[in-house]
Amino acid sequence: MVEQLAQVVVHGQAWTVKDLFVLPNEYVYWSIQIVLYPYMTGLVAGAFVLSSLYHVFGVEKLKEIARFALVFSFALLPVAMLPLMLHLMQPMRGINVLMTPHFTSAISAFGIVFLAYTCIVAAEIWFVYREFIVSSVVRLGAKSDRSFYENTLFFIYKLISLGAMDVSPEALKADHKAIKILAGLGIPVASFLHGYAGFIFGSVKANALWMTPLMPVIFICSAIVSGIALCIVCYYVFMELRKWAAKRGKNYFLPDAIAHGSSAVDYEHLRSVQEHEVKMTSKYLLIFMTLALTLEILDMIFRGYTAVKSWDILRNVLLERDFTNIFVLQYGVGNFLPFIMLLIPGVTVRRAALASMLVLFGVFMMRWNVVIGGQAFSLTFHGFMDYSMPIIPRDIESFKEGLGGALLVGIAPFVIFYFLNMIFPAFMVDKEEAPH
Amino acid sequence: MKRHVWRPLFVVIGLVIFILLVRLWYVPDDFGVQERGYTYGYHRLSNEQEWKNYPAKYRDRGYCADCHVENSESISMSPHAVIPCQNCHGPALNHPDDPKGLSIDRSRDLCLRCHSKLIMPSSGRNDIPGIDPAKHNVGIECSECHNPHNPSLEDM
Amino acid sequence: MKRRDFLKSTAVFISGAAVSLSSLELLDPQEVLAANPDLRWGFLVDTYKCVGFCVKACKIENDIPLEADVTRTWVERYVITKDGKVNMDSPKGALNGYTSKLIDQNESGMKKIPDADITQAFFVPKLCNQCSNPVCVQVCPVGATYQTADGVVLVDRTWCIGCGYCIMGCPYGVRFFHPVANVADKCTFCYHRISKGDNTACAQACPFGARRVGNLRDPNDPVAKAVLDQRIGVLRDEYGTKPNAYYIGLSKEVH
Repeated sequence: MVEQLAQVVVHGQAWTVKDLFVLPNEYVYWSIQIVLYPYMTGLVAGAFVLSSLYHVFGVEKLKEIARFALVFSFALLPVAMLPLMLHLMQPMRGINVLMTPHFTSAISAFGIVFLAYTCIVAAEIWFVYREFIVSSVVRLGAKSDRSFYENTLFFIYKLISLGAMDVSPEALKADHKAIKILAGLGIPVASFLHGYAGFIFGSVKANALWMTPLMPVIFICSAIVSGIALCIVCYYVFMELRKWAAKRGKNYFLPDAIAHGSSAVDYEHLRSVQEHEVKMTSKYLLIFMTLALTLEILDMIFRGYTAVKSWDILRNVLLERDFTNIFVLQYGVGNFLPFIMLLIPGVTVRRAALASMLVLFGVFMMRWNVVIGGQAFSLTFHGFMDYSMPIIPRDIESFKEGLGGALLVGIAPFVIFYFLNMIFPAFMVDKEEAPH
Repeated sequence: MKRHVWRPLFVVIGLVIFILLVRLWYVPDDFGVQERGYTYGYHRLSNEQEWKNYPAKYRDRGYCADCHVENSESISMSPHAVIPCQNCHGPALNHPDDPKGLSIDRSRDLCLRCHSKLIMPSSGRNDIPGIDPAKHNVGIECSECHNPHNPSLEDM
Repeated sequence: MKRRDFLKSTAVFISGAAVSLSSLELLDPQEVLAANPDLRWGFLVDTYKCVGFCVKACKIENDIPLEADVTRTWVERYVITKDGKVNMDSPKGALNGYTSKLIDQNESGMKKIPDADITQAFFVPKLCNQCSNPVCVQVCPVGATYQTADGVVLVDRTWCIGCGYCIMGCPYGVRFFHPVANVADKCTFCYHRISKGDNTACAQACPFGARRVGNLRDPNDPVAKAVLDQRIGVLRDEYGTKPNAYYIGLSKEVH
């Protein structure tokens, strides 16, 4: 036990490249999964805020995308937790955060805030879809020869109806009121969920790049930006798929078609809805982008102007080592380019979707530059560390903290959304007004 | 408001009660706030004792001298008297029961930690007699000429 | 104390509550320390005497695999040249000491410094400062790391979830993931030794008395005396952590 001569690879060593003077215990301990964690919670929060714009503030123009955003936000929720679980050295003990929370730590709130937020989103979906759930229970219950699918669905709907079968106009009115309250309650909770993710970084006083009170605000703004952008992109892509299916009558792979036999897929209607929604949403994207960008630039100018002890090394990281990542990829490609694309008059659906995709990339790069960039320099201010992401996994660790883990987290929400759609059709059109 | 709107709330309350019940069973009894308050002292109390019981590997100097009288006397006359036995002889653990014998580190590198000449003007390291390892009897272990317990050159 | 007792009994009363009420009790550390005035561990380092010998003993004593590139204590070398440039290194945390004149610059290779250019050179051992306001403990989300009443910060290996927040929070870089236990690990001042009256493994291994553990509350303790009588410094006090490892001969180059 005393003499262990075999090379022991410590956590972080596989992907950390050290240069100049770095302390022996310093590694890039927080890697791709911690980049994805605020990114994913940001998407959750942003998607929810987008749906709330309709439910709380009554922005009628966002009606169609609001329902999609709500269900999509719910699909993203478990995935916001996934990076953390993949990152933990002892994932089985993750429950400790809920069991013995130590509230002086920013991370401790995760369990409680996350649960509270899940409950709010789930309840809101319940109210939004209650009428549909009840009608599904009635419809499936009336059927005598139920297939396996239908039997499963019937059971699920019966369970989630919670026995509330009242769909009288007064009951529906009460539902609407509840939705409004929940959506209103959800905005501060969503902001908190993500703001505190910013606080996790902003409160690390040992890290010269992270420590700023602006961090939570910057995180919230970029969260809303990324959430809206993701909704635009996904709404665009999913609608393209549905249009494609509607045109050729190949709607058999659509989840709601599988679950409910028929789904409202009418080509012309879809096209007009998509165009309207995407264009409207991109306006809101522009507003929040301005805010996020202002704060980020302010932070950087402030650091340069006050130039405290850490500025020498920060300048080196920001302006030299990470220049391409920060100024070319994040600000250039991810911010200014889509900003101009959205500002030029005559925005088309395709251009808005493309701009949103760039925005998504920009926010991802922002998270990367904060998380990885914050660990790019040593505590001694005299050395640097690089994160070289493991592409081909050699063991479970380099899978989790490498490309494999990142892809897993990236794909998971879409898989969940697909199945969630079978229960809560996100593209459902209210009967009385469909189609125009 | 219609009464059905409270049903999700009941589910949430049920969930909270469930978590609290799990917590009762899951969290050790002695987990709580100790002397240093909630900020610095929130922990499982018995862990302190667990750390206190961690097995020691190194013994104090007297432990060696109790049996190895001759050797500890011989080194005490030399400039190497300051070097603790276990630095070269390895941790005593439960010697002589387990292990029966200790493996002595006679490597050149061990001696060079002090006796490779480094220019260190503001450190005590500068005052230790040193050699240039690239020139001084390369490839030979120091102990072939120098007795570690009595390293002075006169007695060589 | 009445308020505290009241809160405690209330917490017991509703012990089912997930958020125990004792969490509301943010006690002033000074107040707690005053209640336990007899023992507060501290450390004294004499940078003039250090030659970089202690790391191996620490790793063996505390079962940190020798070849793993993490360590509870390490020694840094500072070489300052005539042009004012500061060269620093700590290859493998000085596990094998310093036998070469070359400065290890990691990716930038080994740097040779002509003997004639050196104006100052010295070693600085580093270890956990057992801060009076330990950031690492403050940021632990589950209460897996904590400070004992006598001032030593420990990690509960059965409760740590391995999030790495404490590693990020420590301004001194003393924490790391233990390669075998797979939880956060750090210097404990050899808590198992000092609480039985023994010396720490590192202090015992040092032939020159460069390292010393002691009770800061005991006026006759050599460490406490040195802290009072001599000109000593602490590391990175700008973070407000109130470190308890004191350094004789600390230089402005040491950060």
